[in-house]
This record gives sequence, structure tokens and C-alpha cells, in this order.
Amino acid sequence: MTASEANAPERLEVVPARAGTSGVAGRGGRTGVRESAPYTPWLFLTPYLVLFIGFVIVPVIYGLWISLHDYDYTLPGKPFVGIDNYVNLFTSDSVSAGPFWTSMRATGIFTLFSVPLLLVVPLGVALVMHQRFPGRNIFRAVYFAPYVLGVAVVAVLWRFLLDRNIGVVNHYLGVIGLPDQTPWLTSIPEAWVALVGVTVWWTLGFNAVIYLAGLQDIPGELYEAAKIDGANAWQSFRHVTLPGLRPVLSFVTMITIIASANMFGQSFLMTQGQPGTQTRTVIYQIAETGLRGFNMGDAAAMSYVLTFVLMLLSVGVFRLFQERS
Amino acid sequence: MDHNGFSNSLSRRTLLGLGFGATTAAALAACGGKTADEAAGGGAQPSKTFTAGYNGPAITLSYWNGFTGGDGPFMKQMVADFMKENPKITIKSNTVEWAQYYQRMPAAVTANKGPDVGVMHVDQLATNAARNVIVPVDDLASALQLSEDDFTPDVWQAAIYQDARYGIPLDVHSLGMYYNTDQFTKAKISDAPKDKASFEAALDSLKGAGFATPFWMPSRWPAHLMFLSLLWQNGGEPYAADGSKATFDSEQGVAALTWMVDVIKRGYSPKNVAQDSQYVAFKNDKVPVTWDGIWQINDLKAGNVPFALVPVPQIGQQNAVWANSHHFYISKQGAADANKMQASKVFIDWISRKSADWAGAGMVPARKSVRESAEVQKTTQAPIAAEIAQMKFLPAIPGLGDVQSQTLEIAIADATLLRVPPAQALKDQAAKASKLMQANQKKFGA
Repeated sequence: MTASEANAPERLEVVPARAGTSGVAGRGGRTGVRESAPYTPWLFLTPYLVLFIGFVIVPVIYGLWISLHDYDYTLPGKPFVGIDNYVNLFTSDSVSAGPFWTSMRATGIFTLFSVPLLLVVPLGVALVMHQRFPGRNIFRAVYFAPYVLGVAVVAVLWRFLLDRNIGVVNHYLGVIGLPDQTPWLTSIPEAWVALVGVTVWWTLGFNAVIYLAGLQDIPGELYEAAKIDGANAWQSFRHVTLPGLRPVLSFVTMITIIASANMFGQSFLMTQGQPGTQTRTVIYQIAETGLRGFNMGDAAAMSYVLTFVLMLLSVGVFRLFQERS
Repeated sequence: MDHNGFSNSLSRRTLLGLGFGATTAAALAACGGKTADEAAGGGAQPSKTFTAGYNGPAITLSYWNGFTGGDGPFMKQMVADFMKENPKITIKSNTVEWAQYYQRMPAAVTANKGPDVGVMHVDQLATNAARNVIVPVDDLASALQLSEDDFTPDVWQAAIYQDARYGIPLDVHSLGMYYNTDQFTKAKISDAPKDKASFEAALDSLKGAGFATPFWMPSRWPAHLMFLSLLWQNGGEPYAADGSKATFDSEQGVAALTWMVDVIKRGYSPKNVAQDSQYVAFKNDKVPVTWDGIWQINDLKAGNVPFALVPVPQIGQQNAVWANSHHFYISKQGAADANKMQASKVFIDWISRKSADWAGAGMVPARKSVRESAEVQKTTQAPIAAEIAQMKFLPAIPGLGDVQSQTLEIAIADATLLRVPPAQALKDQAAKASKLMQANQKKFGA
């Protein structure tokens, strides 16, 4: 097969990496480093390390410090309040708890519905992209194109398309005889359909491209062997493609969950959190609390609770993929 | 910061003569001014006297505003004219959308990279005064010979926080009623509706003329402004003047919101009107009448819909309408340098006197003398300008803007989306608003 020959050089590089977690030890460069001074690796790391410390480690510690204060940077007094900000988040009648947990639920709902779709739909698209057919590059470009748009462009565009009363979507649904009064942006569950749908349309190209790279790394011989053994298309997908994609799949799952949990722009611009604050996600709530309300202590505490939940979730996902292998 | 500004002016005093002596006096007065605010970390306090004119060295002022719409070009032109007349003062404008303005400005001033002088809404003055972002400008008000008689008591009082004036009014802008003149003619409505009976009769006529839903009730902006207007018309107040609690769930409030919801229930409005759709529909000939801010005038003039602007009809027992006002302020950063402080005052004085030009931006000039000039009488917003006495402003309570967007706006949205009955929506959110306001009182030490 000519296609597999074209893929051959890439395949060679990828094989050791696909040996899984043990692949790290297998890197050949070790001996070279050992011969040089002990600080050499640190020198190589310095440019990244400076950025990492400056933009990740320091803010993390500073944020933790903020979360222990009643912090408003414009006021001279920023009294230390201990863990009060955290306690308030878990006290049902406090001002910050209600909105926070409503927003956590909103993020949970969004993640629950968007992640499976963002794992499955792009895989289908990637499988088609992987075929050879005329116009393949156009097809690839068309699916990736929305991803290059900014969230503001995407959200404002869809806000007007999906408007209940003046939107094009309802208009054409009416033209073909379907219900044309759907409140896509102002009612639940319609708003979730809109938000998840737009997000899938917007970002599926990114996941599809990663899947495509993974597909191109699966050795053609495996498919040939499966074919000789009499496997049909489904069987070779089930027993060759899916196992071959496992490392890619765990990566895609993880980043999709994190991206969905960080959703902000779509609900900020499309629904303004409507109806009520039902589609106000947790990042939206943190921004409102910290940047508009200047209650940075509360906002920082919220961020830490969210981070903790995301860490638990990541460990769970990691375990899930580890056990299978 | 104070100290730097002071020593700078000392070293230059000998060179710059008498005119500059006045500003040094300003800096001296600043040191002996009201000390309570200074102890809280504030910048320089204003002098008691203001002398017009700037005689210091060439200076650049950072000037922030939020005029991103049809009002932008007018401000730009005024700034250019000012610089032509005052070659020593260079104005560096920074235009930031209002929505982001109130987040960025305090941060920028805190980092000393913000505006020296700027424009903000009157309902934000108290918040920024409490945050020590802006300084009092009482002396400037008296030097400009501005007094309560030249304004309405409401707009004049709204800029006072803890007995000090923090803003110089540039304009007022209220909610108004826009209607499509062609469609009103078609529906045989000769006079613009002025009260509840004539407004509802007009809606019925429009229905008869083929508009199934003639008046779309928004769920977001400017829905809460409509609510506030109706609440005031009913004789209610949204917040206790001392900032201790929210009172928008009063009987008057419930009546106001019930009328809004009834507009939908009686079929004058479709359900689920999302952000901006009522305005976009009006602009595209789909809706014959809508309530919106007078700042939309230039946007509508640029479109193809023939329209007229009249005051919001009186639905309640008395005439009242929500309004806001653009005010000039001087920031803590600008006040820290005596030269900048003086140049800022010259700038504000100049623009304030030329505010008839500003009427072109669709606003109503705040000064009575300017407002009643022939120039302003010719504008589209003249009928609104005539109603200035009915304009109501939010009380000067620090942090109120955020409280309102987190509570009142949500109550209005919940009710107009028919999710929660009006009384319940207002009661729930007023309780939350009161809690937030009490937390703010503690925080700002009022």
C-alpha cells in the first residue's frame, strides 16, 4: 500500500513512544547529558522554568494567599480572614455559596454533555479525513476552520442566528415546517443544546486533527494483518484503530474535560447566563465575583475549590485509561 | 506620590512665576486638606480656589472615556479643538467600552498607568470615591460657577459622596420611547402616547394594523431600566438612601414588574426576548415601538427606519424616568501631580462650557444654560431634554452597580422570561441584594 509507505518515517519515530509509560526511560540522549556539567540540564530548562515560575508557580501561591484575605486591591485594608472564604462557600446561607454552587452545577452539566460529543464526533470526522478521496484537503480545512475563530466571533454570530424572535435558525425551521418558537438562548434545556452544539461545532476541528495525527501513526501492516485474518471494517476499527489511539484518546479526553470545565465565553456572550443564572458557568461566576465585584478573596477561594475538583477528575481519568492498558 | 509632585513644583516655581504659584498653593492646600480621606490612602485633596488657565510646562494628560459608539467622534473632535486652543496640554485619549471600563480603570490607577482625568457614569462615582480612585472636585464646581440651580437637584446630588463632590456633570441621558413614525401613521395614531391609557390604546391600534406583537418586552438590558422608571413612577425607591438595604421588592416594585410581565401575558410582546433583539427588531422595521436609551439616536439615524423619540409614557401615578449622567472626574493619579491637576481642571472647564457640541452625540447637556440653547432645542432628543425634572438617578452608594447586576437584573430577567412570578423574583433578589449591600457597608466602612 502506497499510503502506508508514505507514513513509514513517521511510524518509526512513534513506535518507542507508543511503548507507553516505559518509553521515557528508553530515550537515547541520556548518556550525552551525563558527560556534561550537572547544571547543564537546568540551563536548558531555564527559559521555560522562568516562565513557569513567573506565570504559574508564583500566581498559584499568591492566589492561595489572596484566598485567605478579604481582598480588594483598591482598598487599603485587606484583612486576613483565615479560611472564612472557603467556609462561606460551604455555608448554604452565605452570599457566595448559592451562586457558586449553581455555577458549579452549570459547568458540570455543560461538561457532561459536551465531552462525550467532543470525543465521538471528531473521531468520526477524523476517520473520514483519514480516507483518500478527491477534495480531502478542503474537507479537512472546512472542519478545522471554525476553530481559528475567536470565541467572541463565534458567540456573537450564533447569538443572532439562534435568537428566538429574530434568528435565522428559527426562521428556517419554520420554513420547513418545524417548530419555530424555540427559545434557544433564554430557556433550559434549550440553552444547553445551543451552548453544547455551538461548542462542538467550534472546537471539533481541533480534536479531529489530533485524532488524525494518531490515526496516521497506526502502522498500516496491522490493518493488512487484520484484513488477512478476515476482519471486517468494524472489527479492524474495534481491534486495531481504537487500541492504537489509546494514548491519543487519554490526552484528548483530559484536555477536553479541562476545556469544557473552563467554559466562559459562550455563556457570557450568548446567554449572559440566562435564564436567571442557570447557564452561568463557574469561571463566569469567578470573573463576576473577582473582577466586577472586586471580591478577590472569594473569587480566589472559588478557583481553588474548582482546581481541586478538576484535579480529582484528572486523576480519575488517568486511572481509567491506565487500568485498561 | 504626593511628595514627588510637591518637590517638583517647588523646583519649578521660581521659573514659572505667579501663575504657577497658584498651583503650588493648590498642592500646599492639598497637604492640609481633609485628613480623614488621606489617612485612608487617598491622593491629594483639592484646593479651595481654582484659577482658570494653565501656565505650567508642556504636559500630557491621560484621558479615559467609554465613548465607543456614535458619541465617540464628537468627543474626539472636542478634544482636538481643546488641544488647538491649549497647545501646552496634550490629551492622550483612551477609549474603553464601558462594560470593561469599570474593571480596568481602578486597576490602572492603582498601577499609576491609568487616567489623570476621565469620564464615568454618575452611579459609579461613589464606588470609585470609596475605593480612593478619584478625588473630590468641589473647588472646580464652584470655580465653574456651577450650582444646583443650573442642574436638577437629582443629578446634582447624585455626585456627592460623604459630603464631597466627586464629579462635574457633562450630560444626562435617560430612557426614552422610540416609535416608528410610518407605522404609527399606518395604525392611525396621531399623538405619541403619554400615559398608560393612551399607550395601551396605541398598542391595540398597532395590533389592529397587523402587528401581532407591537412592543417587545426585553429580559435583559434595558429591562431593569424600564423597571426602575416604573418603580419611581409608582412612588417607590429601589434602595434605602443610606445603602443599608434593597427596597425594590416593595408594593410599588411588584406593581411595576407585574405590568411588564402583563405586557407579555396580554400578547403585546412575544415570550423570551433575548438580549438586544427588541432593539434589532425595531431597527429593522419589525417592531413599531420600543423603550431604549437616548444614546441610540445616532445609531438609528444611520439606519433606514423613520423614527421619533418621546419621553417614556407615565404608566404609574407620577412622571419619572430612569436616567444616568456622564461626569468628569480627576483620578488619584492625576491629583498627585499639581500640574496635571491644574491642567485637568482647565480641560474639564473647557469641555463643560462647550457641551452644546456634545448634544450632537445624542446626549442632553447637563448645564441648563446649554440645554436651553437653540442648538440643543433643534436636536432629536429635545423632547427628552424638556423632561429633565422627571429624571431619577440611583443613589450614591459604593458598590451598588455590581449589587444591581447580580440581583435586580436577574429578578427582572426571571420574571420577564415567565420563570418566576414577579413578587417572588423581587423578594428573593432583594434579600440577596440587602445582604450584599450590608457586606459592602462593612467593607467600605460607611
